[in-house]
Amino acid sequence: MQDIAVQAQASTQITYGLVEVRDLTVRFGDRQKTTILDKINFTVEPGSFVCLLGPSGCGKSTVLNSIAGFVNPTDGAILVDKQAVTKPGADRGFVFQQYSLLPWKTTFQNVEFGLRIKGIPKAKRRELVGEYLNRVGLYNRRDSYPHQLSGGMKQRASIVRALINSPSVLLMDEPFSALDAQTRHMMQELLMEIWHEFKTTVIFVTHDIEEAVFLGDRILVMGVNPGHIKEDIVIDLQRPRHIDDTLTPEFIQISRRVLATIREETLRSMESS
Amino acid sequence: MTSPASKLNSDLSQDSSSLFGRIFRLNKLGRRILSLVIFFGVWQFLCAIKFQFLINFGFLPTPVEVVQATWDFFTSDPWVHLRSSIIRVLLGYAIAAVLGIILGIVIGTWQKADDLLSPPLELLRPIPAVAWIPLAILMFPTAEAGMIFITFVGGFFPVLISTIKGVESTLNDTVLIRVGQCLGAKSWHIFQDIVIPGALPSIASGLVIGMGNAWFCLVTAEILAGRYGVGYITWESYVTSNYPPIVMGMLLIGLMGALSSWVVSRLTAALMPWRTIKKQGA
Repeated sequence: MQDIAVQAQASTQITYGLVEVRDLTVRFGDRQKTTILDKINFTVEPGSFVCLLGPSGCGKSTVLNSIAGFVNPTDGAILVDKQAVTKPGADRGFVFQQYSLLPWKTTFQNVEFGLRIKGIPKAKRRELVGEYLNRVGLYNRRDSYPHQLSGGMKQRASIVRALINSPSVLLMDEPFSALDAQTRHMMQELLMEIWHEFKTTVIFVTHDIEEAVFLGDRILVMGVNPGHIKEDIVIDLQRPRHIDDTLTPEFIQISRRVLATIREETLRSMESS
Repeated sequence: MTSPASKLNSDLSQDSSSLFGRIFRLNKLGRRILSLVIFFGVWQFLCAIKFQFLINFGFLPTPVEVVQATWDFFTSDPWVHLRSSIIRVLLGYAIAAVLGIILGIVIGTWQKADDLLSPPLELLRPIPAVAWIPLAILMFPTAEAGMIFITFVGGFFPVLISTIKGVESTLNDTVLIRVGQCLGAKSWHIFQDIVIPGALPSIASGLVIGMGNAWFCLVTAEILAGRYGVGYITWESYVTSNYPPIVMGMLLIGLMGALSSWVVSRLTAALMPWRTIKKQGA
């Protein structure tokens, strides 16, 4: 964990994107009886890519929603660049699992929305949105409405909609889980390229082991009842990674290790449900 | 598209020799004209045989008599009646639309507004337009204002209820609201860019239903009228036992109501270019 921080600082001059989760506890329900998360602690270094992996019901989305400010922790604190999170904000970009483009806005207007809120002048907005749409190959679909776009296109637009605000951290909640396998691989590679370019900190929630190993610098494997961090695994596979790297012995070896950890938790979650 | 309905549809349309096959092969306009021809044909036929079983067609004006009454109406200064009715309906409707949308947004957004405004509105909502006539006479200085009020009553509640429901369901769409929040949207942006467009389809259907309802209340409203109006003619003809103009008045109101509802639905559809509606077999 330390050497990743050193690496990140040595290779680039990233000054923002530090996420600290301290004793995060979330309880829901009648008199807060149900404990969803119990004293979660982890730190995400600026510019790194961390995957939160775990069986369903382990509270990984709740961790992400807490960082986003959608969920108010019962106890503990979240700091983004040393600032305590109290409510949602543009400094934490979010890519949702469901398709979340506003149906009444074109691709262009959806991506532009954040800049309009910030009060950026029209000419500047046009230029920036054009640039970002071009980057993900959506420039010629800028006037299409979401219902005219494929699933992959919608998620590409969602990613640049979040990135155009230059957030400290990009939070992604199983963003590719609704896509078919081919599109999912393409999106994973595209995300890697974009991440290399922008150097934004990414926290990526998934239940797909291969996806987590392929994307992450680190995988935080979560356990159930209540949600906790079970293991913190560093993925030291070389970058840039390509989708055929998923077939190499190193990749498979790491995946096996992750699988062993997560299987235990999946069994536990099935027994308790 | 392998639902039973569409399957049936395609089976029938392949069989072009049968009567049903031909009907299914007609285009949209053809099918709609055909439905009217059948409607008037059945009516004329039932009158001609003086059909009497549960419903008595014996005393009913036939379509031909109604056409005659319509001819008489249109050859003797129809405009003064049409204009009076149209102005009443449009004024009542306009007030209903503006007030219904504003109140609907307020009630749909704030719980306190809901608590303070909903009980009396819910109490008034089931009251039929005709029950308002005595009060309309007492409350308003002129019969004209009373008539506009009654068409307003017809249009107001559908717009109000649809707006409330539309706003409520958009505000409860967690993902849509979160999208705005994590882009840094303040309340105003969430309202303007998410809540209003999200509620628009529902508001639009309220506006279409409200338009029809305003016409629906016209005969009631024009009971108050002294001389002019399509609803007045309808009511007056009943009082003087002159039956064909009643049916003409009814059909004229139906026609103008359908036409203006269609205009409203076209106008609101133009506000929502992101929506495309496709039906089975279209």
